Amino acid sequence: MSVKTLTIDGKAVSAAEGDSVLEAAREAGIEIPTLCHLDGLTDIGACRMCLVEVTGSNKLLPACSTRVAEGMEVRTNTEQLRKYRRMVVELLFAERNHICAACVANGHCELQDVGIAVGMDHVRYDYLYPNLKVDVTHPLYGMDQNRCILCARCVRVCDEIEGAHTWDVLGRGVKARVTTDLNQPWGEAQSCTSCGKCVMACPTGAIFKLGSTVEESVKERGKLAFLKTARDKKQWVL
Amino acid sequence: MTPEELATIRERGQEADARFEKTAYVCVGTSCDALGSAAIAKNLEAELKEAGKDKAVKVKCVGCPGLCALGPLVEVENKATAETEPATLYQYVKPEDAHDIAAAIDGPPVERLRADTDQPFFQRQMKIVLENCGRVDPEEIDDYIALGGYAALEQALTEMTPAQVVDTITRAGLRGRGGAGFPTGLKWATVAKSQPPAVPRTPDDILSRKFVICNGDEGDPGAFMDRSVMEGDPHRVIEGMIIAGYAVGAGRGYVYVRAEYPLAVKRLRAAIRQAQRAGLLGTNILGSAFSFDIDVRLGAGAFVCGEETSLIASIEGGRGTPRPRPPFPAESGLWGCPTLINNVETLANIAPIVLRGAEWFSSIGTEKSKGTKVFALTGQVKNTGLIEVPMGISLREVVFDIGGGLPEGRTFKAVQTGGPSGGCIPAQFLDMKVDYESLAQVGSIMGSGGMIVMDDKTDMVEIARFFMEFCMEESCGKCVPCRVGTTQMHGILARIGDGKASKADLDTLTELCDMVRRTSLCGLGQSAPNPVISTLRYFREEYESKLVKDGNHER
Repeated sequence: MSVKTLTIDGKAVSAAEGDSVLEAAREAGIEIPTLCHLDGLTDIGACRMCLVEVTGSNKLLPACSTRVAEGMEVRTNTEQLRKYRRMVVELLFAERNHICAACVANGHCELQDVGIAVGMDHVRYDYLYPNLKVDVTHPLYGMDQNRCILCARCVRVCDEIEGAHTWDVLGRGVKARVTTDLNQPWGEAQSCTSCGKCVMACPTGAIFKLGSTVEESVKERGKLAFLKTARDKKQWVL
Repeated sequence: MTPEELATIRERGQEADARFEKTAYVCVGTSCDALGSAAIAKNLEAELKEAGKDKAVKVKCVGCPGLCALGPLVEVENKATAETEPATLYQYVKPEDAHDIAAAIDGPPVERLRADTDQPFFQRQMKIVLENCGRVDPEEIDDYIALGGYAALEQALTEMTPAQVVDTITRAGLRGRGGAGFPTGLKWATVAKSQPPAVPRTPDDILSRKFVICNGDEGDPGAFMDRSVMEGDPHRVIEGMIIAGYAVGAGRGYVYVRAEYPLAVKRLRAAIRQAQRAGLLGTNILGSAFSFDIDVRLGAGAFVCGEETSLIASIEGGRGTPRPRPPFPAESGLWGCPTLINNVETLANIAPIVLRGAEWFSSIGTEKSKGTKVFALTGQVKNTGLIEVPMGISLREVVFDIGGGLPEGRTFKAVQTGGPSGGCIPAQFLDMKVDYESLAQVGSIMGSGGMIVMDDKTDMVEIARFFMEFCMEESCGKCVPCRVGTTQMHGILARIGDGKASKADLDTLTELCDMVRRTSLCGLGQSAPNPVISTLRYFREEYESKLVKDGNHER
């Protein structure tokens, strides 16, 4: 595998061919905020948090799904990018009913972390206050649409790692919702194996373990990366 | 079928046609069909038979001849004088008028129904894509062949190498008619050079390692160009696809049509079946080593599926959402194979280019925009309908000459091109040339060809709100800027319209326009703010006049 050298924020970085700009940046200790990215899952470039400027491209490119190239010049932290990232987070907070003080993920929430990272102190847009459902029909887990940011990490983890494809997205635009099976209550979704990977993957408190306290709601993301690595290396193939 | 058999069919068709002295073309396009033109054709046939003229006059059901405002249309052409004088055109024909038309077939025309053909609407147009629309029976392959159809395919397969076909399209300077105007030849060359994946992933993939897709998911409000081509001359599109398949080395094609176009779907399916039966689709086409087949896929009504990566996801059976590009479909498209996606109108241009040569095509139009463009002319204009004009014509000629100007007592305010992705062009740019670059310069786009004329009574804020509502409803919901940004922008626009917005709201709107345009995942979001940006640029005073004057406003 050949190696590519590129500069990220003026820093010379080397990366393996086929690596994403995000991987190269993180390896070099350059933090790019993300929401829909999760190590081990296919990137979809949906949240637009990781957009970066690349010399020679008039478009902003998502770092998660842009491959490194020789001599690439990437800027991850310009004033314009910071402005856009803050707007993305504000739009997300205005979209649904995100009330940190009453959320089980308070303190372990990626949306909250990203909000702090981009310096969001208030939301300038109209809160949409949608009337949304909470699904607690599953014996172990619950789903609160109010806290969902439609990153589709649950959809991908269920499809790509568990192989069940219980989750999918329903509807269009701001009316889009994640849903289980053919829009049945989660408790009645026959394809669900109750593995809990969606709980681990969810960046916010949208998918949570029933009966757990705020302190107990730390997401065990390492398990997903472990599963992925073990499979890639065929550690369980006898 | 062999080339000789194709020639036999053509001769036989032309001979059969020559036996008739006159032809009565009855438009059965969607607009005229809805007004009962099928009954006109039936009555006309019956009346002619009664008058004993059915051996001399052929009644032919054809696609849209263009002037929808005057429909249903019947055109009577006299073969003997066809070269010297125009055919007689009858307007607003009703089924009961068939008797009068049949009675007057040999004598002077029925004056009360006669339409004026001596007007710029007919003279200023230049028909390449639509040359057969209104002349060919869309449900008869033999009729298409008699009019010279599939001759370009024969020429490509027997006299040209795939590389020569690509070269011809490149030299012709044809650009994508879907809106963005990407050079078609370059796209073809890219797909032709792309390597298919080493391991086939699906059974379809084994048959064909590359694909050709015809994008017929025309969704802009007020646009009906592709629809008219698919309904009026489906074989032209199919011929373009086969030639494209030969040029890029694909073995399979898909026509993606929206299910809201039932007539187009029906005629395309019938045309594909006829072409398969005739051996123009299938294995060893026209005795060559080239094999190609086409399937129809229906869209389920999502506007975003006109975006190429969403369209591919939809054909694959998934939810129609876009994905980041690169990789572009030319490199990795349908089922991961190199895929050529062209718009209906682009593919309809292929056969004439192959037949008449790249030089002929590139002699039409402007330096960077070659050929013609079909526009669906609607709104506050006398001659609504379908027009085809050479690139480089001025907007004034389109609106005031071809379109016949605005109805009595109205004044021109703006013309909207490009639908929800385009912008409003005010009166000061009426003398601007219509081509890709000029339209982009004034903040609009060529788009797929919708052209809406607006008069002085039009509320520009309401126009912007309407298009934003459309984008908001049609956003797939995958990326945040488009999903939530369009909703927020729509909210602000509605508030401005209600007279409840402040100066700060207008600033927020401007900022959101920039953000959604720069950060959205696909073309839908990236172009969604265009109607707002262009109306803000040219009609800012209308927005400002609606704002709450002082800081005392209710929210």
